[in-house]
Amino acid sequence: MDSVNRFGPELILLAMAAVIILADIGWALAGTGAERMRRPALGALALTGTAASIIWSALLIAFDEQGEAFSGMIRVDDFALFFNFLFAGTAAIVILASIDFLRRNRFVAEYYALILASTAGMMLLASTIDLIAIFVALELTGISLYILVAFMKDGRSSEAGLKYLLLGAISSAVALYGMAYLFGITGSTSLDEIGLVVSEANGETRSALVLAMVFLIAGFGFKMAIVPFQMWVPDVYEGAPTPVTAFLSVGSKAAGFAVVMRIFLTALGDGSISSDWATVFAILAAISMSLGNITALVQGNIKRMLGYSSIAQAGTFLIGLAVVAAADPQLLLGTSAVLFFLGTYAFTNLGAFIAVIAISSKIGSDQIADYAGVAKRSPLLALGLTICLLSLTGIPPTAGFIAKVYVFNAAVQADLVWLAIVGVLNSVVAAYYYLRVVLNMYTAEPASEESIQPGYYLGLAMVVAVVGLLVIGIFPSPLLEASEAAARVFG
Amino acid sequence: MSYEEVIFYFVAAVTVLGALGVVLTRNVVHSALFLILALLAVAGVFILLSAEFLAIVQILIYGGAVTILILFVMMLTRVRDMPQALDGPQRPFAALAAGAFLVLSVLAALSSDWPGETREITVVPFREMGEALFRDWAVPFEVASLVLLVALIGAIVLARGEEGE
Repeated sequence: MDSVNRFGPELILLAMAAVIILADIGWALAGTGAERMRRPALGALALTGTAASIIWSALLIAFDEQGEAFSGMIRVDDFALFFNFLFAGTAAIVILASIDFLRRNRFVAEYYALILASTAGMMLLASTIDLIAIFVALELTGISLYILVAFMKDGRSSEAGLKYLLLGAISSAVALYGMAYLFGITGSTSLDEIGLVVSEANGETRSALVLAMVFLIAGFGFKMAIVPFQMWVPDVYEGAPTPVTAFLSVGSKAAGFAVVMRIFLTALGDGSISSDWATVFAILAAISMSLGNITALVQGNIKRMLGYSSIAQAGTFLIGLAVVAAADPQLLLGTSAVLFFLGTYAFTNLGAFIAVIAISSKIGSDQIADYAGVAKRSPLLALGLTICLLSLTGIPPTAGFIAKVYVFNAAVQADLVWLAIVGVLNSVVAAYYYLRVVLNMYTAEPASEESIQPGYYLGLAMVVAVVGLLVIGIFPSPLLEASEAAARVFG
Repeated sequence: MSYEEVIFYFVAAVTVLGALGVVLTRNVVHSALFLILALLAVAGVFILLSAEFLAIVQILIYGGAVTILILFVMMLTRVRDMPQALDGPQRPFAALAAGAFLVLSVLAALSSDWPGETREITVVPFREMGEALFRDWAVPFEVASLVLLVALIGAIVLARGEEGE
């Protein structure tokens, strides 16, 4: 029973996905009389699932029920639990933000079921310690997301879905190729055993190992959306339904970082290879930040702009990964910096996308120019979006400020001063396009005086995100301690 | 060269030829037929490894069910109307990148000393296989079936129209 218990947070999400699909059939049989209640009830079921998952994870901590499950396939430790909270929380906010969005869509039940299945896949990615399980979890996450991206079935959404599917399939294949190399070198799919063999190897498998590392970075780089594996980001972010874009930019990206940390720190953590991947990550970090920010400068569409900004943000996370291997005592500092940054980024980016959902669905446009004078039409939404954009820029008292200080500090301590300088310079560039949106909302004249009123659920999601990022900005210690505890898993 | 090696190189060559046929023919139906060839040759590799069960499954499911499904999809979606859809001006660049990739992989594979012990090939009894699949590898196995379920739901969502609302 221990196994099932430790797998509970994922299991409850999957069970709820099944309940939602079955309940929807029940509604179809009940006829039109109960139709009015269907959408809110299905949303409530999905929210209950995420809440139950969060509570289950909390209970696992409370009763100290950590350890391995299913004959060494899954390891529920502080790292996995950190991501359980992150993914379930993200899913809950995305579901809240979707309820109004799906008002006219026929496949509500399927939408929630796919979100829950994808979330379970992400949790599994953070907790499995076996290459085969990692691959199937990757596919569970990915296939659910391909469908969600194409969910609107109009030209834009279908194109985005097709692009995401094709590039996603290629990246999965590349990652699988890397895993095959790892298996060939070490004769095992268990990350622990791979780590053991790699640390005992004396150079004769080195070129194959480097190739495996490159394949894994390329395959998972797609999920993390870092340069040069970012080509899909702008089109997919623009074409996907906005709540799904929010889910992609937070959940999928965090899942990519989770699995990369798990594989690289456990299986490839040995000093002989870790200095190589740390260098690769340092270079990719600098390129991702610079390219993401410079391209974001010229975007007219706010979803594309946030897409490029998320590439730049991913570059900032990569600094943490580059720090990890720079020196042994920095192991904790680098990992916990990435985890802390992911936590703050989740609130920040979700908040920004929720504001975009609320504003864009009213003004019927994603163009930044059409956001003129939004502050006059809806002071609260404009304020919320402003706080999120300030946090993305890294201005106190928001969470983004502390996260950036933490990461740059880690880089300086690991003698990667040049990377910290690139990061700070990029923050200045980023400030320009984030604040341009803010300026446009507050100073420009609105096209109409009609007020923008977000729905009740959307408003609630917005409040959760903004309050979350302000609370972390002012009292960062709980999240800091959680990220340090999670990082200690690899210590 | 022992006769096993002869058979292996023959089967491996057929696999590679089949795979090349899949990507090189312009006609998608021909691609699907080449896919059957490649998959059947892989079944031959399984037989060489004394994994008869896997070989049978490979022929029944991949060689049979999956390729027939692919052919059905082609028939229903009239994919023959656009045989050039997957071609573009980037073809030479793609070939160049793929070639470089191949050279790099082969070089790395040759310059590494693959450890791994060589063992006598033994037939794995069904009981052991079942235990491995449903006990040690239960999680990946179950998650793989979830992947199929999700794909099924997705197919329904994407294929059905929005009428009726």
